Amino acid sequence: MTEKTLGGHAEIQVRGLHKSFGDNEVLKGIDLEIGRGEVVCVIGPSGSGKSTLLRCVNLLEEPTKGQVFVGGTELTDPDVDIDAVRRRIGMVFQQFNLFPHLTVTENLTLPQRRVLRRGKAEAARVAAENLERVGLAEKADAYPSSLSGGQQQRVAIARSLSMGPEVMLFDEPTSALDPELVGDVLAVMRRLAEEGMTMMVVTHEMTFAREVADRVVFMDGGVIVEDGAPARVIGAPRHERTRHFLSRLLDPAMAEVEEETSDQVGRSD
Amino acid sequence: MADTDAVVRPRKKGLTRRQKRSLSRGAQYVVFVAAVIAFAVSADWGRLKNQFAQADIAEQMFPDVITLALKNTVLYTLSGFAVGLVLGMVIALMRLSSVGPYRWFAGVYIEIFRGLPALLIFIFIGVAVPLAFPGTEIVGGTYGKVALALGLVAAAYMAETIRAGIQAVPKGQMEAARSLGFSPARAMVSIIIPQAFRIILPPLTNELVLLFKDSSLVLFLGVTLEERELSKFGRDLASTTANSTPILVAGLCYLLVTIPLGFVVRRMEAKAQEAVK
Repeated sequence: MTEKTLGGHAEIQVRGLHKSFGDNEVLKGIDLEIGRGEVVCVIGPSGSGKSTLLRCVNLLEEPTKGQVFVGGTELTDPDVDIDAVRRRIGMVFQQFNLFPHLTVTENLTLPQRRVLRRGKAEAARVAAENLERVGLAEKADAYPSSLSGGQQQRVAIARSLSMGPEVMLFDEPTSALDPELVGDVLAVMRRLAEEGMTMMVVTHEMTFAREVADRVVFMDGGVIVEDGAPARVIGAPRHERTRHFLSRLLDPAMAEVEEETSDQVGRSD
Repeated sequence: MADTDAVVRPRKKGLTRRQKRSLSRGAQYVVFVAAVIAFAVSADWGRLKNQFAQADIAEQMFPDVITLALKNTVLYTLSGFAVGLVLGMVIALMRLSSVGPYRWFAGVYIEIFRGLPALLIFIFIGVAVPLAFPGTEIVGGTYGKVALALGLVAAAYMAETIRAGIQAVPKGQMEAARSLGFSPARAMVSIIIPQAFRIILPPLTNELVLLFKDSSLVLFLGVTLEERELSKFGRDLASTTANSTPILVAGLCYLLVTIPLGFVVRRMEAKAQEAVK
């Protein structure tokens, strides 16, 4: 077969991806492959293009140039049925984006019924299963506004899972949460990874990346700077940019001092 | 009091700020009461009562003013509202469309029908349409004509309200729906529009009140006895009895509906305000 299908088992493949907003080029040629069952965390400073990359993978952002394949289908093919492909790609947003006019159960059943044309009983069964999976069975009849941020995000994950996706994309899933609510969401994601879900996660949670990810991708300035095992990228980064980013993230106060000293001393080596 | 003031800061000449404020308020009350008294004294209450408050004429209006006139007013209003809502929704979606000519058409429609007096639309529907398309009848006779005329006007206002409502739904809602595999149209119908309507329920109800009053323009269409609404009914009876009491009664019937509706709108707005907090 041609370019349209991939021989290998790459679940997600991105080739030569560019994305510009007006004159502002956010992605400057990204190549990335994620195998089936692989968990990849994308890290990097804000404005590095990591969220844009993730949003290009399900075409919420239209790439300016390049190709995106998911499960062997080219999303960037203008003739592709994008709605059909998106059913196989779950997406979890920073702001949860639950439907506020629907109960938790309805949030899970409406997409199944309208998009997958599942029957009432089956949709309800799948919804109950997935609520159980994220530990929120008792909130089935609640409205999103009565839930905490962490609970809302777990419902959002359950909503995506109810569609039976082959791939899950997470766009900073814990960034809008109070610190004490982050753990529950990460626990759900960790379990999902253990069950073999293919996951691409844009995150600032370094502990999660180190413990759960198979690979960590560090992005800066619209390009992939480093890509490798978490122990390598986070534990022993090769590039100055990665080191700098990690030191700021782990100890923001120290980074300033380091920067100053390296400015004075660092030039000599 | 002024003595303690003087200790803190140097005493100014004339009145303190508080004294000035209470003086100004007192003056406003005096002017207002004087105006009311002047009006009450100069009006000829006897003649006014004769002309507007004849109990026997008022009595003679019942029950028709309710069972016929008010009923028709409500009927005209609701049918016009229904036409306006459907048409307004279509125009709003065209205004938000990615297809240029749709946006352009919707924009022109809104400008025209917001810019013309409703009365002209009524005359246009009543006179121009039968002339332009001889032999064709607007479905539903007078009721159809009124629904169409009111609907055409209401649609322009409602389209802008609905558009604003749709745009007030956070962008993430559409993104979430699309990433679940909803097509744009299905996402609009299942996810966006239900939320938009919650936002625009108060302004839409306000539009209903406006239409309720505009239905009086039926006066200019030429209607049968059974098709008369409050204004026409009141005016007809006023001319046969040579007395204005029917106008007053008709007016009270309007208020009977518009005041409670206004109350409902304010309640909804207050509730929406609370939800935002």
